[in-house]
Amino acid sequence: MLIRGHALIEGMASGALLRLTEPLSLWGGVDLKTGRIVDASHPQRGATLSGRLLAMPGSRGSSSSSSALVELARSKRAPAGVVTTRGDPILTIGALVAEYLYRVTIPILVVSDADFAKLMCGALGHLWCETGQAVLAFPAAEPIDFEAHDPAGG
Amino acid sequence: MKLEAIDRALLAGEYGAAAARAMMLLVRYGEACGAERFIAIESAHIDGCLYHGPSSIDFAQRFVDLGGKVRVPTTLNVAAVDVTHPGWHCGPPAIIAQQKKLTRLHEKLGCLPTLTCAPYQRMARPRRGEHVAWAESNAIVFINSVLGARTDRYGDFTDLCAALTGRVPLAGLHRDEARRPAIVFDLPSLEAAGLPRDLYFAAIGYVVGRRAPGIVPYLRGLPRDASEDELKALGATGASSGALALFHAEAVTPEAADMPIEDVPAEPVSAAEVCAAIDRLCHATEGEAVAAICLGTPHYSIFEFAALNRAVDGRHRSPASEIYVSTSREIAAEVESDTSFDALRAFGVRIVVDTCTYLAPVVRQTSGLILTTSGKFAHYGPGNLGRRVALMTLERCIRSAETGVVAAPC
Repeated sequence: MLIRGHALIEGMASGALLRLTEPLSLWGGVDLKTGRIVDASHPQRGATLSGRLLAMPGSRGSSSSSSALVELARSKRAPAGVVTTRGDPILTIGALVAEYLYRVTIPILVVSDADFAKLMCGALGHLWCETGQAVLAFPAAEPIDFEAHDPAGG
Repeated sequence: MKLEAIDRALLAGEYGAAAARAMMLLVRYGEACGAERFIAIESAHIDGCLYHGPSSIDFAQRFVDLGGKVRVPTTLNVAAVDVTHPGWHCGPPAIIAQQKKLTRLHEKLGCLPTLTCAPYQRMARPRRGEHVAWAESNAIVFINSVLGARTDRYGDFTDLCAALTGRVPLAGLHRDEARRPAIVFDLPSLEAAGLPRDLYFAAIGYVVGRRAPGIVPYLRGLPRDASEDELKALGATGASSGALALFHAEAVTPEAADMPIEDVPAEPVSAAEVCAAIDRLCHATEGEAVAAICLGTPHYSIFEFAALNRAVDGRHRSPASEIYVSTSREIAAEVESDTSFDALRAFGVRIVVDTCTYLAPVVRQTSGLILTTSGKFAHYGPGNLGRRVALMTLERCIRSAETGVVAAPC
């Protein structure tokens, strides 16, 4: 499967896709030391963002989420890349500063709602974000079972 | 992006190396937002002064090293800890020194150490139509909606870049089109919802935030006598539960009358949905031990202190429960020097400044419930503090504080 969109932040990333079913505030919603979702009301509570392609149906909450993303990048706990459905200025500046301070690139891809709905949680994906060409590719059909394989303990 | 002479001069380093670096980040940010040009701002409110980790200091230090100075009046949001009451701090002690360093770096850049999430209450009130660059989600929604000023949803880093340059991309809520409502919500009245006033505004904020993520709602049916503190509670809760950055309320907020709503889809909000929001934020069992009451998130206004003073007058707090109120140093100083607030002191109210009690752990008991009137605290407290939190009316909070256990609803 190949999904096209436009790049907010350029770069390349690969990882298992973690698709959130509700918006998430990175600040307050994620433990910055472990990259784990701690928002008690979030359906994916307990899942780990680190190294994943994080698919977020919009973000929500605090304007400190950009700092949360940079702090995750500093401690090597950031998502490998982000897929979302609308331009997200707070995540964009977080990714720009992660690059400026720590040389960590977190590409961000914006896709249509219809394409977002096709994303399969656990699938291994490759993200290419360049100006004029931004795609998310899933070469294999088999999704990864996070419960069985999550290195951080599931 | 199309750059004006001032933008090119900033990029070229004519206003210093820090402004040039800040402008480079803003250009890339502006391109990501799809903006075509920059505009001037009148003020900035910085959230990046809240210590999140070493990256907070690394960022500010770069601009200090480059000799940066803010180019517009700039206030600071809350810090991660109340450095004036270090003895109350129950978190890791190292953060006190780190926070002091971060605040100092921002002062070196020319920011005013206001250390409040609600400078709009008295210290800095942007005027209607004025473009500003404010961060902190409750402040963004308040000045956009209640004051009619124009800020986009700035976060850490963009806020400081805007302050150092006096420029922001013309994007998001700076633009007329983006301020128009995308949905109309027909709200249940106070009477139909059957909720006390303080719960009603938090519940409406919670529902609206969740149902309008990232879009501008127009609220029909909000009480016309809604106070600034009630609108502050609505906005703060909606900014926490969704990404509410601007709402219009018929006959309440300044831009509402100018908004075209004829062709905007309207949806009802049921009384049951509003009450369900309260149930979701209030998991408390009558008789359960209460560790503390935490108020003032966003920071308490002088009017809220007066209401609390009346509510506790003549009552006695159980030693089993503490009570904390967060506010700015400026408002705290007034409350502390005014004898008409003696009832607060008699009740043992502790005034926390510079921070918020869902950020800075101050509650001494490690078990037991925390009660609050703040939808924002009820939303963030459990994740941040690892504590159980219950939202309820001020009156029930105070009755619970009298006995040290959760009181029955009135």
